[in-house]
Amino acid sequence: MTERIVTIRNRAGMHARPAALLVKTASAYAAQVYIEKDGERVNGKSIMGVITLGATYNSQLKVIADGPDEAAALDAMERLFENRFEEE
Amino acid sequence: MARGERQRLTVLDLLQLDLKENDALDLRCIGGRPGLVREIEVTEINRPGLELAGFYENFAWQRIQIFGRGESAFLAHQAGEGRRENLERLLTYRIPCCVFTHALLPTDDFAALAEKAECPVLQTPLSSSEFTMRILRVLSTIFAPRQSVHGTLVEVFGIGVLIQGDSGVGKSETALALIERSHRLVADDLVEIRRVSGNILLGAGAQVVSHHMEIRGLGIINISHLYGVGAIRDRKQIQLVCQLENWDAQKNYDRIGSEENTIEILGVHVPLVVIPIKPGRNIPVIIETAARNERLKKMGYHSAKEFNRNVQTWLETESTRAIFGSEK
Repeated sequence: MTERIVTIRNRAGMHARPAALLVKTASAYAAQVYIEKDGERVNGKSIMGVITLGATYNSQLKVIADGPDEAAALDAMERLFENRFEEE
Repeated sequence: MARGERQRLTVLDLLQLDLKENDALDLRCIGGRPGLVREIEVTEINRPGLELAGFYENFAWQRIQIFGRGESAFLAHQAGEGRRENLERLLTYRIPCCVFTHALLPTDDFAALAEKAECPVLQTPLSSSEFTMRILRVLSTIFAPRQSVHGTLVEVFGIGVLIQGDSGVGKSETALALIERSHRLVADDLVEIRRVSGNILLGAGAQVVSHHMEIRGLGIINISHLYGVGAIRDRKQIQLVCQLENWDAQKNYDRIGSEENTIEILGVHVPLVVIPIKPGRNIPVIIETAARNERLKKMGYHSAKEFNRNVQTWLETESTRAIFGSEK
């Protein structure tokens, strides 16, 4: 199990579109992916879960992956956050 | 499954709780406003009679301090300087708040000292015992152990069924089919569970996404608009867990149902049914049947055990007959 801290860089925060993108990316990997904010942990492959976190601009999230391709999954997730979910 | 952080509750939050009728605390702040940011961290309350008399061993200062008729009379009865000294000592503790019941007012020096110590002073028209009962109920609900789980909660024939399984196994689709068959959706995808009054697991959805579902191919849909208020519920006790998993030929699935499996959620054991998924298996109907069966069990009728008992009785009579038959 590996984890990484990421920051939301897109102004609009985690609304439906970025959440869908995140879930789509996470679902491409066999590893279990979890997103954690303020101790609240949700499944990274569930749109509703990810939206429920209420992650706003500049909030810090912990991305956790567990499985054979966890490193690759985390890299892909981190890239998404760095690219501001292809927004702006 | 994730356990959320402990709930934080300031005195201001307590004042702003929207409680109705027999839950209402009827609190208002009558002093020490800057202290309203103080946090309430324990579910208990204390009546500071002993402390007012000058005895501070084991003083539970972290608790809400309740001043009833007795404490108020004692304060009024105590003489000037001694009382002041004692109150000053009482207020050196970081008490979350003092509550005067029966709409009583603190003495002037109490009010002044509380103001100085920034200790919130609240008042309620309720009697001490009534207020105590209500505040304990309110606090134990707020501080109830919580956990959020990935799954879908549906009410089926009055039974709260939590459908769990890996992403993409078809939880939401199953729930949709159940709604189509006039059952009710409580929460999809993320279920927040609280353990209240001992062993009751209450499940609800997150406020922001309540009664919305994500169906692959359709996107996000609003169940209350599509199916009406009859198709939704805000919260429901979790009484059965149905675990959906892809059919595994190597695995032995329960064929009789006389074994009772359970899953532990927040220390409570909930009946568990593992349902293998395979084309041709109508999962909603299977879940409906599981819920009916669960109701039957609650009423004291256990289909599998009853069936086995009948078989055993029959075997006994057959074998007795055989014995008697051979003797002849």
